[in-house]
Amino acid sequence: MATQTKNGAVATAADAKTLSNQEVLRYSRHLIMPEVGMDGQLKLKQAKVLMIGSGGLGAPLGLYLAAAGVGRLGIVDFDAVDFTNLQRQVVFGTSDVGRKKLEAARERLQNLNPEIRIDTFETKLTSENALDILRDYDIVVDGTDNFPTRYLVNDACVLLGKPNVYGSIFRFEGQASIFGYPGGPCYRCLYPEPPPPGLVPSCAEGGVLGVLPGIIGCIQAMETLKLILGKGEPLVGRLLLFDALGLRFRELKLRKNPDCPICGEHRTIHKLIDYVEFCGMRGEETPATIASAMPEITPKQLKSRLDRGDDVFILDVREPHEYQICNLRGHLIPLGELPKRVSELDSSLEIVAHCRSGKRSGEAVEFLMKAGFRKIMNLKGGILAWSDEVDPSVPKY
Amino acid sequence: MAVKVIIPTPLRPYAGKRDSVNLEAATVGEALNSLTSQFGELRKHLYSEDGRLRSFVNVYVNDEDIRYLQRDKTAVQPGDTISIVPSIAGGARA
Repeated sequence: MATQTKNGAVATAADAKTLSNQEVLRYSRHLIMPEVGMDGQLKLKQAKVLMIGSGGLGAPLGLYLAAAGVGRLGIVDFDAVDFTNLQRQVVFGTSDVGRKKLEAARERLQNLNPEIRIDTFETKLTSENALDILRDYDIVVDGTDNFPTRYLVNDACVLLGKPNVYGSIFRFEGQASIFGYPGGPCYRCLYPEPPPPGLVPSCAEGGVLGVLPGIIGCIQAMETLKLILGKGEPLVGRLLLFDALGLRFRELKLRKNPDCPICGEHRTIHKLIDYVEFCGMRGEETPATIASAMPEITPKQLKSRLDRGDDVFILDVREPHEYQICNLRGHLIPLGELPKRVSELDSSLEIVAHCRSGKRSGEAVEFLMKAGFRKIMNLKGGILAWSDEVDPSVPKY
Repeated sequence: MAVKVIIPTPLRPYAGKRDSVNLEAATVGEALNSLTSQFGELRKHLYSEDGRLRSFVNVYVNDEDIRYLQRDKTAVQPGDTISIVPSIAGGARA
């Protein structure tokens, strides 16, 4: 079957064994390197790589894999581009805001390299569809943002015997490794279980320096190319840690766990499981123990109490740099400092604690209740909800 | 010369925003005990209620995982680096 590509070259399925003149020119900086050469470039052309997620890590990954001439690139994502993505997801432009990420990414990558085939899967990766989606690819690159999908990708790769190029980021810190490589460890060997929800702050809460996913995503792209080319020393059995603030790379030994439930000798997991449940995230928004006892006030209720002139003390538990973005003129005590600054609060006053979304202030309310405060409430939905429901002039971030 | 404990970014808010702490210890257990008595908030992030190291937190002496050494009882020498490495999930999506 012949297809006309954008630059006028005619590519056919049989052409996977040769390069057109156009391709020779395009890949000439690869071809003149003995480590890649014609053989290597043809390996890249025949390679099939699946990217899970086209966000911070997926953006540089997609760009470099497409540019390098990986013949078939699959992308799984179901999100739309929003303004907060543009700070780091460099595959998208301002005019893409509101569009489906897959559509925008396909357009950009296909424009970068019309010679490759791009498959898009507009879906959340689930236990039901993962094996079918992954099966057709040689290598899977994990760039997701949540634990259920991380464990799902790991298990699916182990069950299918496919290498999983892993990358993860938090604020200024990144991790990378290759899991599921024959004889090598898997993600469960490194971390048998996920943290309970709420204990580790998410990216949306913790923030991330925009260049960091670029660096980690590029390491994933490099390792993917090396696996395809069969060159160099792959990042197998090693966990790479990157600290951007100290600009330090460190490497830790990563061993295959003989008791690993999915890749060990006596494995107990033989098929995909319910990962949302595994990660303790059923009803994740309101953990039962906290929600049942959490006294709350809505932004509208708070507004009318303030308008009435009620004496309500507003406690802002965000960080000082967030206070600078916007505030409700509350008293600022960052959540982490609350235990040692609790004496600044008067327990006889009515206190409303707030943060950005209501999560950290929920922890603050819980802490203060344990400390004996009785007249304390959480502002439901935080300053984001205040902006939506009371005062749209307060910026959302 | 003391042992250096490297605090990962997600746990720094519970360790006085420090990125590392130097302390005197003969074993990993002693070092972590000393660390969590200095920074009480860290304890619940490192240990579960039954006092076991949490399964999403790994501890390394230099580049070796203590699960493959003598766990808490792993001896440390002056100048060794202990790394606390929790799982992080960030990547795609905002």
